[in-house]
Amino acid sequence: MRKIRTPYLLLLPGFAFLFTFFILPIINLAQTSTQTKIAGGDTGQYEQTLRFANYFDAFVENKEQFGRSFIYALIATLLALAISYPLAYAIAFKSGKYKNVLLVLVVAPFFTSFLLRTIAWKQILGEEGFVVPTLRTFGIISESTTLTSTSFAVVMGMTYNFLPFMTLPLFASIDRIDPRTLEASGDLYANGYTTFRKVTLPLSMPGVVAGTLLTFIPAAGDYVNAAILGSPNTKMLGNVIESRYFKVVDYPTAAALSFTLMAAILILVTLYIRKAGTEELV
Amino acid sequence: MVKASIEARGDLRLTRLTKTYGDFTAVDDLSLTIPKGSFFALLGPSGCGKTTTLRMIAGLEEPTAGSIHLGETDITTTKPYQRPINTVFQNYALFPHLTIFENIAFGLRRRGKSDVKEAVEKVLNLVELPHLAQRKPTQLSGGQQQRIALARAIVNRPALLLLDEPLGALDLKLRRQMQIELKWIQKEVGLTFVHVTHDQEEAMTMADTIAVMNEGQIEQMGSPADLYDNPETAYVANFLGQSNLIKGTISGNDGDSQIVDLYGQKISLPKSRSHAVDNSTYAGIRPEKFRISLLETPVKGNVLSGGKIEDVSYIGVSTQYQVEMPWGQELMVFEQNDDGVAPFKKGDAVNISWEPTFTFGLRGDEDATAGSEVAPEVLDEE
Repeated sequence: MRKIRTPYLLLLPGFAFLFTFFILPIINLAQTSTQTKIAGGDTGQYEQTLRFANYFDAFVENKEQFGRSFIYALIATLLALAISYPLAYAIAFKSGKYKNVLLVLVVAPFFTSFLLRTIAWKQILGEEGFVVPTLRTFGIISESTTLTSTSFAVVMGMTYNFLPFMTLPLFASIDRIDPRTLEASGDLYANGYTTFRKVTLPLSMPGVVAGTLLTFIPAAGDYVNAAILGSPNTKMLGNVIESRYFKVVDYPTAAALSFTLMAAILILVTLYIRKAGTEELV
Repeated sequence: MVKASIEARGDLRLTRLTKTYGDFTAVDDLSLTIPKGSFFALLGPSGCGKTTTLRMIAGLEEPTAGSIHLGETDITTTKPYQRPINTVFQNYALFPHLTIFENIAFGLRRRGKSDVKEAVEKVLNLVELPHLAQRKPTQLSGGQQQRIALARAIVNRPALLLLDEPLGALDLKLRRQMQIELKWIQKEVGLTFVHVTHDQEEAMTMADTIAVMNEGQIEQMGSPADLYDNPETAYVANFLGQSNLIKGTISGNDGDSQIVDLYGQKISLPKSRSHAVDNSTYAGIRPEKFRISLLETPVKGNVLSGGKIEDVSYIGVSTQYQVEMPWGQELMVFEQNDDGVAPFKKGDAVNISWEPTFTFGLRGDEDATAGSEVAPEVLDEE
């Protein structure tokens, strides 16, 4: 008897926490999403009318921000992958005794607040930073072009902020590859490029999948980067939800948007994992 | 250029090959020729440079100096994938994400060979594992993985097959079985095998020619029987089996033999097996060549008298004796248990005798313990 009960007892604190802080709020959110304004009531007073059309209205009204959320998140994820893969590869295979130092450097940004680091990007991309004058000198951007308050700035901010979430799973995955399998590939007539395509990349796929998910999911729901580095023209869904909740006090729309975003991410992620077939790669 | 190197065939020739890591010299001015079609073993303890030599042949390490030729083609600086050489790695290094079939097909596909399926099936039959084609490497036992690693290499019909301690991870019984199979497969496919091992028994079972390596150099090279019966140095005498080395002085000649004085007792030693450079020498006799007899029994051949049995260990097939000689040295003697009983007891006064032709002579200025202290069981070399 005792043996059977032990695992459940061990699971209890986790379940209790998730129930209180995840399941209950989700139920509450679901209830809110189908409410409507009480006729003649004060701001923020809503009643349950099971109006599922809230979802449709919210989506139609904000489909532009919706599309932007996914496109920005996708670009940021691909950029982060392009930057992190060589980085993680170098740390895993080429860093020797500096491996741990470099890993600490990857997570070092976490020692500073997320907000501060995002605001710092405003400086970097601002008129007085070094990026804009440099790009102007080489004629890559015209004298009148600015980088702040652009979608470029938002995507760069997101790429930067989520980089460690991409690098760490990639590193964990690449570090586990036995370097002798790479030697074996070379021994079996594969040049460097073929070895990467046929051995290194397939063996690091669990890291690629984990890293892209850990980057894409929070990036799609992010609103801080768009709020600080963007303009009204670069608003993402997170910004809409935030303003509906805190500024407009339109709880049902905010809740409906939250659910739609969650569902969309869930569907995309499921399709992606199906396609990447991670279970084959352990 | 690439085409030429990948199709190179012929003897493998290492010329003055050297590899240094900082101050450490792993391979020191090594020259040797491995004839096409032979089974060649590089034998030595951990850190003797044998694996480094193998990796330079494979192209996985770049030599600091010297050259590597395959037939007439210089392959010293060609990339591993441009060499007609395949390796069976120490821990197999199978591709965990590919099936056994695709593991074996890997090299064929890279070179765009046709009839991949046929070739893979043929080699799977050769290693007797055709039913495992669709499994993943992790689903196989160590012995099966070993065979697949071998199959993955020989399916390419390389000019040269390198085996880096291929049996090191297997248990003793499986190892003995694989030794015989490897030898059989080598004969069957007719490829040149270069086998690196620290296990002298493994090298002697399989190889036509063994090069004993020590500190980055070749100590002695020859057939297994040659190395065992006529070692040129104390290192080889001790590393390959066990030896009794008795200090002596060459006191004269008798036809094809030298007369050697061992602490006042004269024995004879074939000149062809004497490697002494002056009068001082070590007479070497393998423990199983000795015969023990009680003092009153008449004996022929070389005789050393005045021995006393110090220790008797019965180990089934033979009995091992430690015999203390008048000059204080303890000699090791292995006697076959032909008659089922150990006839000598501790404390018996005995003579030791042996056929003079079994004696070999080493230089008198050698360290008689060289090669006996190394631990050949250590696997993680370099």
